[in-house]
Amino acid sequence: MNAKGTVFKYGDNVDTDVIIPARYLNSSDPAELATHCMEDIDKEFITKVQKGDIIVATKNFGCGSSREHAPIAIKAAGVSCVIAETFARIFYRNAINIGLPIIECKEAANGIDAGDQVEVDFDSGMIYNRTKKTEFKGQAFPEFMQKIIAAEGLVNYINNKQA
Amino acid sequence: MGMTMTQKILAAHAGLEKVEAGQLIEANLDLVLGNDITSPVAIKEMEKMKVEGVFDKDKIALVPDHFVPNKDIKSAEHCMCVRKFAQKNEITNYFEVGQMGIEHALLPEKGLTVAGDVIIGADSHTCTYGALGAFSTGVGSTDMAAGMATGKAWFKVPSAIKFNLIGKPGQWVSGKDVILHIIGMIGVDGALYKSMEFTGEGIKSLSMDDRFTIANMAIEAGGKNGIFPVDELAEAYMKEHSQKSYTIYEADEDAVYDEEYTIDLSALRPTIAFPHLPENTKTIDEITEEIKIDQVVIGSCTNGRIDDLRTAANVLKGRTVAKGMRCIVIPATQAIYMQAMEEGLLKTFIEAGAVVSTPTCGPCLGGYMGILAEGERCVSTTNRNFVGRMGHISSEIYLASPAVAAASAVTGKISCPEQL
Repeated sequence: MNAKGTVFKYGDNVDTDVIIPARYLNSSDPAELATHCMEDIDKEFITKVQKGDIIVATKNFGCGSSREHAPIAIKAAGVSCVIAETFARIFYRNAINIGLPIIECKEAANGIDAGDQVEVDFDSGMIYNRTKKTEFKGQAFPEFMQKIIAAEGLVNYINNKQA
Repeated sequence: MGMTMTQKILAAHAGLEKVEAGQLIEANLDLVLGNDITSPVAIKEMEKMKVEGVFDKDKIALVPDHFVPNKDIKSAEHCMCVRKFAQKNEITNYFEVGQMGIEHALLPEKGLTVAGDVIIGADSHTCTYGALGAFSTGVGSTDMAAGMATGKAWFKVPSAIKFNLIGKPGQWVSGKDVILHIIGMIGVDGALYKSMEFTGEGIKSLSMDDRFTIANMAIEAGGKNGIFPVDELAEAYMKEHSQKSYTIYEADEDAVYDEEYTIDLSALRPTIAFPHLPENTKTIDEITEEIKIDQVVIGSCTNGRIDDLRTAANVLKGRTVAKGMRCIVIPATQAIYMQAMEEGLLKTFIEAGAVVSTPTCGPCLGGYMGILAEGERCVSTTNRNFVGRMGHISSEIYLASPAVAAASAVTGKISCPEQL
């Protein structure tokens, strides 16, 4: 399984309020949430993002509220992977549970810039910066996490297991 | 190697004699919580699961509190979804408008959270119940759905940071100042994935409401949970509010901590977090410039309890809110509202020119009931001051205690009661 796309780059402590502002939480529709994704940190994100693109950030990505709407909005906006130095713990759980691939890798977080073309191999955890011709070793997903992501989330994964 | 308090609770709920940091476990849940924002997503996920109903109708709490009384049609539809689910599954602890309050003030008051429990809630401030010696942590909607269906959740056993509290805080220093001081010291990711365990003789001088405030904001340092030892005060609180039996766990003497800090409460000063992170703290003495404000909010799961309202009323008594300022007071539950009425606090607020709202999270997360316009500034007793959290992305939130918030309402600039 791979992700491949253009990078949107952000800094430390990107919180869930800027990923999806609470004023839009009167909806739980992924497509509608996606139209407001990253609105309070990057107004142009939603007009520029293409299917498969990748978000790269530094420390503590997804801090703040437990709203699952945050990874849902990112995934529904077409983002194929989020790479960060560290993730806030509730966001980390939520992303896995809804099937949004995320990877912690300090070197990649610091060695990738906005607009770079990046490819991620989930099996090996390798991150390739095709623009800068550099590569980084992130943490490979354990098999069960790969299965959750392949099943598009924990619920389908549990159902598949029971079937 | 001994276990921390958190590790002991988790071990007991996983049926294990011993756990250590980093271990993956599956634990039995004593309570699963959701609100009007997170529950509809969880309900949708649960409907996709091949399960028959909930694991235990008495161990689920559904509290519409964020956008209620319904602020618009979409919110009303979310609440309707939660209400119908509660009816269909005969959920014992569903709290309709009229009974509801802000979830993390309401559940301890209703006796649903006690020492030794393992609690998950689809709300990041679920860590509040650590004040009573429970392990409680925030999760997302899918985890809530799995919890409602199975009564279990998986956890990575956390390591811990120990905060040894000593001394007695001064008159205008509260639990809010303690936790803002700590977040300022370790940063918004200083306790990432970890437990924050509070110990020491200084705890004796913290009221239960102070402890709820401190545990509540563990998440603002990235913590998995915040937890206090169970003393006589905590036991008295549980006996007054709850019929549930509770279990007291204590950290082993040889428990291992990643870091240890000693904090002298007597040396703390009223502390304010500047925009746009809770770690941007300054004490009142470090603020040299005049910071004019437009609004004050006194409420939320962090600081909407009776102690908080008493402190604010004590400051506002016989004084008035500055001209051009809005001061919004939000008692966190119906019982707190009633008590504030009986004690004459509401009269004090209204005479001072403040408004008093029905319980709601409202402005804390920029929902309604006090949204900020472009460039406006608010001193708020809430828990987050992120960009756009309370309204326009250029507005600013200064997090503070009820004492500082009330004093600031009087002067129209960031102030402490000592300066009045």
